Amino acid sequence: MARMRRASAGIALATTIALLAACSNGGSDTPSGDGTTAGGGGGKVEEVTLQWWHNSNTGEGKTYYDKVAADFEAANPGVTIEVNAMQHEDMVDKLAAAMQSGDMPDIYMERGGGELADHVNAGLTKDLSDAAADTIAKLGGTVSGFQVDGKTYALPFSLGVVGFWYNKALFAEAGIEAPPTTWDEMYDAIDKLKAKGIAPISVGAGDGWPAAHYWYYFALRQCKQDVLVDAVGSLDFSDPCFVRAGESLKELLDAQPFNDGFLSTVAQKGATSASGLLATGKVAIELQGHWEPGVMQGITDEIGEAGIGENLAWFAFPAVTGGEGDPAAQLGGGDAWAVSEKAPDVAVDFAEYLLSDEIQKGFAELDMGLPTNSSASKYVSDAALASLLEVRDASPFVQLYFDTAFGPAVGDAMNAKIVDLFAGKASPQDIVSATQAAADLEK
Amino acid sequence: MIDVADEATARMGVTASPATSTPTVPVAGRASARPAAGGRPGGRRGNGASSIRKGLEITLFVAPALALLTLFVAVPIARAVQISFYKWKGFGDFEKFVGFDNYRRVLENTEFIEAFQHNMIIVVASIAIQLPLGLAIALLLNRKMRFQGTIRTLIFVPYVISEVIAGVIWYQMFVPNEGLIDTVLDKIGLSGPQQGFLGTLDTALPALVVVLTWKYLGLAVILFLAGLQGVPEELYEAAQLDGATWWQIQRRITVPMLGPTLRTWAFLSMIGSLQLFDMVWVLTRGGPANATSTMATFLVQQGMQRSNFGIAAAASVILFIVALVMALVYQRFIMNRDNTVTVVRRKKVSR
Repeated sequence: MARMRRASAGIALATTIALLAACSNGGSDTPSGDGTTAGGGGGKVEEVTLQWWHNSNTGEGKTYYDKVAADFEAANPGVTIEVNAMQHEDMVDKLAAAMQSGDMPDIYMERGGGELADHVNAGLTKDLSDAAADTIAKLGGTVSGFQVDGKTYALPFSLGVVGFWYNKALFAEAGIEAPPTTWDEMYDAIDKLKAKGIAPISVGAGDGWPAAHYWYYFALRQCKQDVLVDAVGSLDFSDPCFVRAGESLKELLDAQPFNDGFLSTVAQKGATSASGLLATGKVAIELQGHWEPGVMQGITDEIGEAGIGENLAWFAFPAVTGGEGDPAAQLGGGDAWAVSEKAPDVAVDFAEYLLSDEIQKGFAELDMGLPTNSSASKYVSDAALASLLEVRDASPFVQLYFDTAFGPAVGDAMNAKIVDLFAGKASPQDIVSATQAAADLEK
Repeated sequence: MIDVADEATARMGVTASPATSTPTVPVAGRASARPAAGGRPGGRRGNGASSIRKGLEITLFVAPALALLTLFVAVPIARAVQISFYKWKGFGDFEKFVGFDNYRRVLENTEFIEAFQHNMIIVVASIAIQLPLGLAIALLLNRKMRFQGTIRTLIFVPYVISEVIAGVIWYQMFVPNEGLIDTVLDKIGLSGPQQGFLGTLDTALPALVVVLTWKYLGLAVILFLAGLQGVPEELYEAAQLDGATWWQIQRRITVPMLGPTLRTWAFLSMIGSLQLFDMVWVLTRGGPANATSTMATFLVQQGMQRSNFGIAAAASVILFIVALVMALVYQRFIMNRDNTVTVVRRKKVSR
């Protein structure tokens, strides 16, 4: 299922406007504007219109991206950039439709893994290996998730890891001195919070993927790195560590740490969502990605409350006793700028411009994500995000979210079974069997 | 998405047309009678010319509708059937022909079987709950009383509200602990399920049925009220003169006279329940753990979320066939009577 990265809760009006704008752009323009200049007189600047879709549709992020586009237009006469800022899930749906029709935006977001591989195999995405070689070299290892058969198809601009966001004030109230580093300490913390009448953890199992992240992380702690790497390539889940991941999750569920109604709770929309509950101090902890502060900001702005503010902090997924995985390995993923196959060359220049030191610096300063250009790392001002960045840089490897890595057909089937486990309707073995069955259909 | 939506309209278009054909038959007859009458002064020869003209007229008037029907009904259905024979990810060319594999996968899929069962439960529950309730309210509102108009309007309001808005409102009311329903239960010393009504496997589907009843009861009441206006006053008077009680009048006169209305409403309700999507999507997305999934949510899940467009298309064709068969069976065995009844009545009127 579509994962909302930095999607702040959808303000209906903004969404509508974005959709309207998107619709009006979809029709008449031909994005690949090569040679559309009337007359084509020798010295004339070629007129090119680029379509850029992104999901920073609120607040400073939107303003910043509008400015970025305007600056690029000013520096490149003849280039016009039509910016479409959409709520994340709207963007994902519209992208899917655009890909079916073949009338795609020139610069858009990719999330790597099996999904990107599908797009590449269908000939939708431009190979950037040579055209953007300098930028790719600068980004280093972070591009690995956006390569297919050794070629790079997208430039990651934000790469984050998933971890536990928590409320320091509620931890203090429950007498928890330090964030847990092992699951024994975690269970201890859960008990202490419950004793104080505080709901320990919120999870948006209604959306599927937030619940699935638990299983992914337990698999990351239970399985060796090479087992996971093999599984992504071969889609073979026969190693017993995958069943143990489900057993660890079952143990957690038996402790009943989650908010009331977690099966019907959504991830990020409104005050009653999992993020909303953390933002309004109704729960102490939530397992989420690096986009969480922005999402909570959006929710508290919308309902007009102060929010969690300085009390927000972050700790990594604790170690599992007896697990074969590296306790420092992290689950994460990123967003990358991709250029559609039919886009004019200047679109690649723009994608590279978005990854330049200057633009990534502004991106970091506004806490819009975790910059991949290392020169920008020091500008991340948010303390919690900075601590997350440290963990990311110290981790031996960052496992791409399994659903993204395996592609939608396998990923969504897997997520659905994990939710079934949350609902008490499936066993740890069922998750592995259903995932394997969906994977076998793909082979 | 587009294909799915077209499929939905396609299904509605095809299955609804038999329902509407009943009243349109006499109308069409009247319309075709007119040119013949106009052609009368021309004599025999004129008749030949007028039949050509009639043909042209029919072509002219039918063509736009036929074009739209082809574009938005026939083509999408054909397209869905085509996709259902391929393994297709949603973009690129159709390459992997898989024959009936997608159909086999859908029919063997426990998720689809569950979804089908939920559809059937909703079909039965909607009729079983809304029919007696709607009839009772319609009979009540048919009596002369104060605020009759206001109450009639209030009953109809839920039906007018957009499905999505109603869904969001109910979702908020169902929120555990802090939602309206749990708050009220708490005040009177009761408590709902810990995970909330929508988050508990056993209560999610009943909760959905409650919301659907609230939403669609208004339509039943309005239709029944309209039907009641068609029952001639004389019958009531005659019955009263014969000393029939109020209950007897309702049972022996009102309900039988309402027959055609009830059967048409039940047909619409059945088709609506088979195609149910939006309310489920807003309230639960088919969850928790597929406890409220329907065939429509299954095909959206397969198509939009898992990019298994072939399987989704196969599911949509199966849904189409299920709806078509149920509609035809219903027409054949239940609505059948109404068709003859209307014809007879028309004849009487024209005499």
